Amino acid sequence: MIARLLEGVPRRGLVLLGLLLAALVVFPFFASGYLLTVGFLVLYFAYVGQSWNIMMGFAGQLSLGHSLYVGLGAYAAAALYVHFGVSPWIGLSASIAFSGLAGAVIGFLAFRFGVAGVYFAILTIAFAEFARIGFDHFAWVQGSSGFFLPVANYATNDLWNLRGSPTMFYYLMLAMSAAAFVLCHALVRSRMGYYWQAIRESPEAAEALGINVFRYKMAAVVISAAMTSLAGVVFAFYYNNLFPEQIFHISRSIELILGPIIGGIGTLVGPLVGALLLTGLAEGMREIMLQLKVDVPGVKQVFYGLCLLLVVMFLPHGVWPPLARRLGLERGGADGAARADEGKP
Amino acid sequence: MALGLSVIFGVVRVVNFAHGEMMTVAMYLALMLFTALKLDPLVSLVPIAAVLFVFGYLLQAGLISPFINRPEHSQFMLLVAVALILVNLQLIAFGPDAKGIRTSYSFDSFKLGPLVVDAAKVYAAGAALVVAAALFAFFRFTLTGKAIRACADNYHGALVVGLNVRRLYALTFGLGAACVGAAGAMLMAVIDVTPAIGPAYTLLAFVIVITGGLGSMPGALLGGLLIGLTEALGGVLFTPSAKSMFAFALLVLVLLFRPQGILGRKAA
Amino acid sequence: MDRRQFNKAAAAAGLATTLSPAIVRAQARRLKVGVLLPRSGVQAGIGQDCHRALEVGSRILADLGLPGLDIMNGDTESNVDVGRARAERLISEGAQLLVGAFDSGQTTAIAQVAEQRGVPLVINIAAAPPITEQGYKFVFRNFPTAPMILGDAFANQLEVFKATGVSPKTAVFMHVNDTFGVAMQKGFSGVMQKFPAIPYKVVDTIAYDPAARDLSVEVTKARASGAEALVMVSRLNDAILITRELVKQRWAPSAILSMGPGWYEDQYLKTLGKLGDGPISFVPWYDPNKKLAKALEAAHVKAHPEINLNTNHIYTFEALLVAADAFKRAGSADPKALADAIRATNITDNVSTGPGIQFDAKGQNDKLRNSAIQNRGGKLVVVAPASASNAKPELPVRAYDKR
Repeated sequence: MIARLLEGVPRRGLVLLGLLLAALVVFPFFASGYLLTVGFLVLYFAYVGQSWNIMMGFAGQLSLGHSLYVGLGAYAAAALYVHFGVSPWIGLSASIAFSGLAGAVIGFLAFRFGVAGVYFAILTIAFAEFARIGFDHFAWVQGSSGFFLPVANYATNDLWNLRGSPTMFYYLMLAMSAAAFVLCHALVRSRMGYYWQAIRESPEAAEALGINVFRYKMAAVVISAAMTSLAGVVFAFYYNNLFPEQIFHISRSIELILGPIIGGIGTLVGPLVGALLLTGLAEGMREIMLQLKVDVPGVKQVFYGLCLLLVVMFLPHGVWPPLARRLGLERGGADGAARADEGKP
Repeated sequence: MALGLSVIFGVVRVVNFAHGEMMTVAMYLALMLFTALKLDPLVSLVPIAAVLFVFGYLLQAGLISPFINRPEHSQFMLLVAVALILVNLQLIAFGPDAKGIRTSYSFDSFKLGPLVVDAAKVYAAGAALVVAAALFAFFRFTLTGKAIRACADNYHGALVVGLNVRRLYALTFGLGAACVGAAGAMLMAVIDVTPAIGPAYTLLAFVIVITGGLGSMPGALLGGLLIGLTEALGGVLFTPSAKSMFAFALLVLVLLFRPQGILGRKAA
Repeated sequence: MDRRQFNKAAAAAGLATTLSPAIVRAQARRLKVGVLLPRSGVQAGIGQDCHRALEVGSRILADLGLPGLDIMNGDTESNVDVGRARAERLISEGAQLLVGAFDSGQTTAIAQVAEQRGVPLVINIAAAPPITEQGYKFVFRNFPTAPMILGDAFANQLEVFKATGVSPKTAVFMHVNDTFGVAMQKGFSGVMQKFPAIPYKVVDTIAYDPAARDLSVEVTKARASGAEALVMVSRLNDAILITRELVKQRWAPSAILSMGPGWYEDQYLKTLGKLGDGPISFVPWYDPNKKLAKALEAAHVKAHPEINLNTNHIYTFEALLVAADAFKRAGSADPKALADAIRATNITDNVSTGPGIQFDAKGQNDKLRNSAIQNRGGKLVVVAPASASNAKPELPVRAYDKR
């Protein structure tokens, strides 16, 4: 199994990955509380980016409503915990079920009725907005007045109930990101992964080759939705409060897909690189503003926007593919999908 | 507003995620013209449309045109970045507080039997119809308008017959932006502006345009009407705070059963 | 001076106060206070309004002979993630106390950081009850919760009805469907039962979307209920929209009673001119007769002549007051000692209505009282409670076409 996973991955890539992982593991021993929070955010966005990437990067379905799955996952686990005292580890099965179901419904409707491209993207927004307004009126989880989780003491780390220090959440997120990375790596190189790429490049050709396009697109949506919902569970227990206006908001959907687009769509390392760059950029920007004694709200966001603009203009495939070439990894399996991307117009 | 999006998408096929933000730019322009020169927004909509036309033209020619053949997510990113810059520039320039203008007719209303009709909205709707008619005439009767429609119908065909597609695209984007400008000025007569209202309008415009049919101008008008009616009915019959849910529900239904929109042509 | 220059000047003034200790009388030791506010993003308006109280407030604290505060600014960008990261950053930069953050969601996120790092947080504004129900040791709130606001609102309404002789028999309740609006709506009927003397019966309750761009349907529905009075929980933009609809639909309720923001704000008064007169707001306010309130108002008017002193300024200032006062008594910036000092706070010379600032075991100031303020001639007057007022209420609201 492991041997199969490692097959075709260049040694250099493995060494780099190992070093990265080691660095991330020892990071909390050196980091201040602030850096730890930033580290958590990086991993969080890397994870949701990775989940989104399954749908967009591998199967070519543009979703702009992924906040729906984050929100459903968060609310499902949080509501079970608050109302029935169910551990989030059990609650997450409900999260997966709800989000997977939502993904299946959206996918089924969209793919059955032939909604594709931009229209599909708008459909996903519509469902997320629908959920946002719906949860505003959902009294069981306190509607728009916000759903609060009880905060107990912080002295001990209770992994079973996900109550504990930021360090615990950091490692949890690290484990999830690593698992998502390995899972995506396995998926891309599975039969399904190749089908997905065929569908992404040309659905018609894939259909002609006898691939059950509908089935594999559905699989992509459901897997992506289920994975995203886990991030929602962590979000709920990390922040301990949920507001439909926040969690289902379209700006959160956009936030979570910026990482993989900047990093490199369809690559495995892209979402991680993107999350690292964007969070780093945002924080760095604030530091620079602070050093320059510029205290005008909004300036930071303008420069952030300019940086995004420059990246999309000059690095159409994201940061990772050219970076991978620099590092001499371009033939590797880790970014196998990136090569497929090169052929695109 | 929705018309602008319809024009842009119908021809250029770029999903403009900076639409609402462009509209707030127009609203601030209307505000400045009103405070400096006492220009009524229904008058200032002409120069504002012109300014927005130039803005749209340059945006397309300078930034978007290299992206025409790039995948959707790339265009999407580009316009999200543009939107982010616009919103925050407005925040820096105008501050976060809501600003409005008061015209002589701001608080007038007509009484038609039991119905009370808001004067500012009637004037704005009238102006919107004039703009729509002008746009319609332009596309139907002028040579440039016909050429633009040709581009929309068949990109490669247009290239083959020697049309300057790049210029036409920029022109179209400019036109779309001009519509947005006019819409922004009109809206200024009805509501107040803050930098943060843009995104909500982008979404609303999408809902309207898709319901009516992307690329169809009468469709955009019809879509606007339908969405307005659905929201109003939903508000009266159920709780008003959930009324936009009905708009989204309508959108989903339209997407599923008539993805080209109510008045859109098949396989555009 | 336009807003841009004004902002620059304000920023410069703020910088000057933080940088040059000469202004703030020679204090041996100073407290580093991290102030977290949503100064960009959707809540930018309120965040920047709160921010205005900082430089005005620092000067007044110095006049009171309290130790100086080094203000460190953090912009939460109206986002929970950013709010949390900023709180961590301010603490790692040496902030010894946090103040913030207007929004309940962001405040909850920041409260957790404060609790984990053992740095006291003094909440300026945030009305969601659960924040002080979590058993936190380092979190203090000098702002009323939704049920407190409601209780005082009914008590003050009784006073107003008695003083004016206007007592509406029916009312329609309109509220915005957001965090604050729903918290108020949930408490509404329960709290109202404790006030059997309230003359009106609620004939209809109408919730509307916070992002609504048009409220004509809602107002039509309210008008159709035939109610005499209009009871509101709203924000700013919707308050303006609703007033416009009232004018256009030619409906002047005998009383417009607002239990939240919007109806007294500068933007409301400025946008609507004389059409903005009449509504009474039941809100956390200041006692115009208190000595410190007068001082704050004078300093505020001097710095921002075009802006009325309001809830945002008052409670942001009082958060700083609590911080400086506790620092003086604790005699050290040790967070534990600071938290203990804050818990023992007993400030009677303050700004807000009520006996003063004290915190209960949960860290909540449960002594706070609200006021009733009325818009009159583009200005705000305090009409109840009688002990903290500077004018008599006037009802009914004059018809909009007779102004």
